[in-house]
Amino acid sequence: MADQHHDTPMLDELENGPWPSFISGIKRLRDKHDDTRINGMANDLLGQLEHSYETRKGYWKGGTVSVFGYGSGIIPRFSEVGSSFPESKEFHTLRVQPPAGNYYTTDMLRQLGDSWEKWGSGLVTFHGQTGNIMFIGTSTENTQHFFDEINEYGWDLGGAGPCVRTGMSCVGAARCEMSGLDEMKIHRTLLNNFTDDVHRPALPYKFKFKVSGCGNDCMNSIERSDFAIIGTWRDDMKVDQEEVKKFVARKGREYVIDNVITRCPTKALSLKDDDTMDVDNRNCVRCMHCMNVMVKALSPGDDQGATILIGGKRTLKIGDLMGTVVVPFMKLETEEDYEKLTEMAEETIDFWAENGLEHERCGEMVERIGLVNFLEGVGIEVDPNMVNDPRQSSYVRMDGWDEEAEKWFNRKAEEKAAS
Amino acid sequence: MAQDHRPPIESGCPDGFQYMHPVMRKNYGDWDYHEHPRPGVLLHVAKNGDQIWTVRAGTQRILDVFTLRTLCDIGDKFADGYVRFTIRSNIEYMVADEAKVQPMIDALEAEGFVVGGTKNSVAMISHTQGWLHCDIPGTDASGVVKAMMDELIDEFKENNMPNRVHITTSCCQINCGGQGDIAINVQHTKPPKINHDLVSNVCERPSVVARCPVAAIRPALVNGKPSLEVDEKKCICCGACFPPCPPMQINDAEHSKLAVWVGGNHSNARGKPTFQKLVAAGIPNNPPRWPEATAIVKRILRAYKEDARDWERINDWVERVGWPRFFELTGLPFTKFHIDNWRGARRSLNSSTHIRF
Repeated sequence: MADQHHDTPMLDELENGPWPSFISGIKRLRDKHDDTRINGMANDLLGQLEHSYETRKGYWKGGTVSVFGYGSGIIPRFSEVGSSFPESKEFHTLRVQPPAGNYYTTDMLRQLGDSWEKWGSGLVTFHGQTGNIMFIGTSTENTQHFFDEINEYGWDLGGAGPCVRTGMSCVGAARCEMSGLDEMKIHRTLLNNFTDDVHRPALPYKFKFKVSGCGNDCMNSIERSDFAIIGTWRDDMKVDQEEVKKFVARKGREYVIDNVITRCPTKALSLKDDDTMDVDNRNCVRCMHCMNVMVKALSPGDDQGATILIGGKRTLKIGDLMGTVVVPFMKLETEEDYEKLTEMAEETIDFWAENGLEHERCGEMVERIGLVNFLEGVGIEVDPNMVNDPRQSSYVRMDGWDEEAEKWFNRKAEEKAAS
Repeated sequence: MAQDHRPPIESGCPDGFQYMHPVMRKNYGDWDYHEHPRPGVLLHVAKNGDQIWTVRAGTQRILDVFTLRTLCDIGDKFADGYVRFTIRSNIEYMVADEAKVQPMIDALEAEGFVVGGTKNSVAMISHTQGWLHCDIPGTDASGVVKAMMDELIDEFKENNMPNRVHITTSCCQINCGGQGDIAINVQHTKPPKINHDLVSNVCERPSVVARCPVAAIRPALVNGKPSLEVDEKKCICCGACFPPCPPMQINDAEHSKLAVWVGGNHSNARGKPTFQKLVAAGIPNNPPRWPEATAIVKRILRAYKEDARDWERINDWVERVGWPRFFELTGLPFTKFHIDNWRGARRSLNSSTHIRF
């Protein structure tokens, strides 16, 4: 114990410098905690980590650990060098779903901390890259005890493996004027509709929902989620001309022209001679830049809703994919709207579960079968907002052209009649 | 051992409203604008004039319960007991009263936390688990980040960059750390070393074969045992076979290097979202402080800071000045490896006479 600390000369280096040191934190658990179980775990964890630093190799292996009734939510870790570092030889992480938007009270954090030091290592991260609270390091036996305890007071596990994963949503309507959505409601509606798919992995691979309240996409939804919900609006942006004038007076015309007017991707802005601003709303693509710069003067419109993109992911296996627009705009106000969103998510996951290959992300499936097959599979009509450009290749069989054109004209006529 | 297990309560994602600051609850969806009173502090003003002040601080991300309680103590004593975390593991305290801001900053700094990370700063590096907990890591993550943030701390505490800079690190090529303005990722340079005695017992061979992005893995009999072999001419050393088949060891103390990528930007502001592009590789995986990787990151940041215009993210800047200029300004070599050969790569080639001299 206290007199048998592993030497950690390399890790000690990481206690120097001004940024908070995770090594100092683990050492506090080793030296200052009053539970000898935690002291020993922290000591052996540092020992194994030092060994990794010396040899430049990792020594954790996965396995199968779950809590009763679930097949997901635990990241099992067994040490390959457990004989040298026995007290941390089982070092599993529990992934716990945070509240949508990552809000906590200090009371809640203390309660979680108390439970965790009773059953685990005392190390925790807010949050992992998927968005979970990560309780890092406990034994197979204590995994169940810790889960039972926190599950009783309102916390549940997130996803791990080929399942619906824990969702993420930005600070959103709670603190941001750019928000065009009720991010928390969307997040909880979707995630809690798929609770079974979170806890019992039965999908081809992972499936992630991420919600961002505007095109700034602070949650990285388009690049990193299979189902991205992004806030937008379809009426005119709001311009407070008095605030525009104040901004111009403060910053100067040159600054406004160089940093706002000419940065608009569709040249939709014009600074008038009287220091007011004209907006060509028909050609505004809701990129958010001008609003980021002129926060008081410019705001999103009132007719708000969501753009939905499907299939974002990182490299494995076919290369990086951005999400693709499948719904340019949908309202999310009434309970019916939310039902429609949930149904769309269900259709998407069902179709992919049916047609995806093992370990194939939804976006990779779309890449393999083509967007049109996916759209037909989930019952979504084509829309020119789904493409950057129409087809370039003439290698396509188009003997159904007339029927497809007919569909388009009929849809347009229906839309006109409805408006 | 027969034992009665309690069935789980499948409560799923908890409701955040119960933990939200009352001023935020009251003005949910009714915010008007925000200001940046100073680095690390945000002021949001609601349409009715209500204010919420946010203080953001960087942490070590891997929190021990003592540190967690220290953060809670500060929240109780100096804030209103409400916190949230950003996706880069910064903690945020929200208060309705401006008078509480400075004492809170003082308390955070006295405990060694770093107030900053807002607006056009270098944000906290989002990162993965590394040698501390991952089963397939080529490097550590927390250590790389600690070493880099030690050097970038002033850029975190100040707002001196042309626009925000998101840095990420990832301890293997799966890149859980994500896209970033600057991404520091492990890049393996040699094919996996296969322990043929273990493959048939440990690996589900067909799924390992299916996992390979370049169809370089074939079933084979080695030493009379069913195993797998890799066509090393095809292998791109991505490490995708290693998670499902640990006997195909991809991590190598010498040959698993670091690479730096730039220009990943998930915002739609100005241009459409962009993925990061390779700029440097072959960087030694050099614990405990990875000085070579940090030096390259600082070199890129310096060039960006000096040459980019206000509001340009790194990708906007490179798009304006061109890649040849990027390599010139950073002094990084341009090699044959920078020319993409993956599917769709032709889109990245210049098929025009748009050339800057």
